[in-house]
Amino acid sequence: METILLQLLNGLDKGSAYALIALGLTLIFGTLGVVNFAHGAIFMIGAFCAVTLSKLLNLSFETIDPEKVDFLGNPAKIKTPYVEAWFGPDFGHALIDWSVPLAILFSIPIMIAVGFAMERGLIKHFYKRPHADQILVTFGLAIVLQEVIKYFYGANPISTPAPDAFKGSFDFGAMLGFDPNMIIYPYWRLIYFGFAALVIGAVFSFLQFTTFGMVVRAGMADRETVGLLGINIDRRFTIMFGLAAAVAGVAGVMYAPILSPNYHMGMDFLVLCFVVVVVGGMGSLPGAVAAGFLLGILESFSSMNAVKSLLPGIDQIIIYVVAIVILLTRPRGLMGKKGVMEE
Amino acid sequence: MFGLNKKDTSFLLIVIALTMATPILLQPFAEGSELAQFNGGYPDLMQKIAIFGIFAVGFNILFGLTGYLSFGHAAFLGIGSYAAVWMMKLLTMNVIPAILLAMIVSGLFAAAIGYVSLRRSGIYFSILTLAFAQMSYKMAYSVLTPLTNGETGLQLALDDPRILDGAAEGSSLPVTNIFGIAMNSSYKLEALGRVFTFNVGYYFCAFIAILAFYVAIRLFRSPFGMMLRAVKSNQQRMTYTGLDPKPYTLAAFVISGMYAGLAGGLLAAMDPLAGADRMLWTASGEVVIMTILGGAGTLMGPVLGAGVIKYLENIFSKINEGVLHDWFSFLPDGVENVVIWVFARFTGEGWHLTLGVTFMLVVTFLPGGLIEGLRRLSKRVKHGSQKRDKYDDPDPEHRPEPGKRVAGE
Repeated sequence: METILLQLLNGLDKGSAYALIALGLTLIFGTLGVVNFAHGAIFMIGAFCAVTLSKLLNLSFETIDPEKVDFLGNPAKIKTPYVEAWFGPDFGHALIDWSVPLAILFSIPIMIAVGFAMERGLIKHFYKRPHADQILVTFGLAIVLQEVIKYFYGANPISTPAPDAFKGSFDFGAMLGFDPNMIIYPYWRLIYFGFAALVIGAVFSFLQFTTFGMVVRAGMADRETVGLLGINIDRRFTIMFGLAAAVAGVAGVMYAPILSPNYHMGMDFLVLCFVVVVVGGMGSLPGAVAAGFLLGILESFSSMNAVKSLLPGIDQIIIYVVAIVILLTRPRGLMGKKGVMEE
Repeated sequence: MFGLNKKDTSFLLIVIALTMATPILLQPFAEGSELAQFNGGYPDLMQKIAIFGIFAVGFNILFGLTGYLSFGHAAFLGIGSYAAVWMMKLLTMNVIPAILLAMIVSGLFAAAIGYVSLRRSGIYFSILTLAFAQMSYKMAYSVLTPLTNGETGLQLALDDPRILDGAAEGSSLPVTNIFGIAMNSSYKLEALGRVFTFNVGYYFCAFIAILAFYVAIRLFRSPFGMMLRAVKSNQQRMTYTGLDPKPYTLAAFVISGMYAGLAGGLLAAMDPLAGADRMLWTASGEVVIMTILGGAGTLMGPVLGAGVIKYLENIFSKINEGVLHDWFSFLPDGVENVVIWVFARFTGEGWHLTLGVTFMLVVTFLPGGLIEGLRRLSKRVKHGSQKRDKYDDPDPEHRPEPGKRVAGE
């Protein structure tokens, strides 16, 4: 029982990341009809926003403290981050400590700008082209973005810690009446899950309860008619692209403490997230979210020792096996709509 | 000749001549000169060009003709390599059985994977093939370690049985050969201040590549090839005519899988080592890039794409800041530094950046690939600036339609 619960929890944070990226992919596909292979790169750029902010906040100057000496006998140099000098040591330290959550604020405008630039600069020209061309050009873009990040940040993963307040783990088992330390779960992952749920809820209610969202949904159903009603649907779709980029971006920001960002993390996630989108059903937002969590949890269940001894190596391939089975039995995926990407 | 019409025969003969002369053609710069580092006439590179040419030609039979975009073709390359190395471990170091086994095994895998994947089309097909390839890659690393030797990769060992060759003599590993002629033996010729290397391995690859190319021409011109084009242009209409597209696409998938297996077997024949990395999805992406860059759906395009990418990859990786300093030393200092900074981003380590940018530009502006570019250029030269008619090309295979790439749209 407790192992099952533990695996369920472990699956949640990965599932959240899958769900967030898949949500963005589906938003783009549903609105603009574009298969975006560069979406993983957007996730990665988000993660590097967190890295950048934490580096910026850690910029420091050196002062020489004449009273202390280091082990060589020279006067000791003390590094003081600028923020600590400007805002006082307490507040400055808190700023540095909370750099990852702060990076969300920092990243949203950046990601929206990146999204706009991508849509207006490149993808706009590919609406009338076949899906294969869209896949290919965004695949090229993903390579380019990846190489640019590699140039600026190097090839090694950069660890970006969560705030100290969330360093520990939460003893879930004790709360539910199991033995203490049976089910422990890092706070940050819990927060990630909560955050993902919040973002997903926000996107859905934005689409469901605002006029803007209504128009966008109408445009997804029938773009031409909405256009004929005198609504500039293209501009709204561009905004949705920016929104999708922001969703993937903040997903990346918050994931930075869980997985140290490196330049190829985007590609690693992208392949899985495409599988997620297809399993959920191309063009279905709830399907993408459901499939994201489902596959995340299945992945963590299959890495249990009991399962692994039964079916060796299953943890490595479970996602693909599920994808193949679902695509063959339910050709449109879990919640796919009729007429999307069909013959 | 060879069952080809006159035009194709002369085309094939030109290709043969070019392939045979590659060791000379890729060695244009005198030894010791500034530009000698751009010579590509060393065996390793030439073998790679031939092998990846085969791979891309095979991929093109599927993608270029039927329009099904497979994102998992590298799986067959990897499977072929493993099969070939096993043959060398168990039976003999002669490469012929190894390559045959590589083709058979990858053909079987392609039949199984294709049977399942081809039930869907469009992006679903791409994702399914990607999923199968990633699965093979992950399994080669984990469960199948006894067969694949996991992360180390499958290698030859001294105590392998090698039934036909008998026990290994001495303490060195045997080398791959064809009826006793070692693959890595080469003949060096010094002439005109250049060193030309004629390598057995390269000529073996080149021979196979020409054979593969010949089969591809026959296939393009055959009624079967016409059926495959019908699959690409309109499956519905094909069904209404009373033809089932399934067996044709499956046959194309298996053939292109066997081409990939052949390429994998050749890679192992040149260097008896097989690793799971060859199946990674980036490797699948590479063959897609090669085919598109050269020109999907054309005969020569994929080969050209493979050659250009492999050559530039080698050359670009060699250009470092020192070389750039030599080149641009005529510029004033400030300008020189700026120019060098810009170029350094795209060379050496930055090769992938160049590849990505080039690929994006080609997809955006030249959907027909380099072949299309060459055609436009020659037309410009011939007809001056007069308006080009899109449909005056007598040979439809050499004019890939931009658009309609993925079947089922």
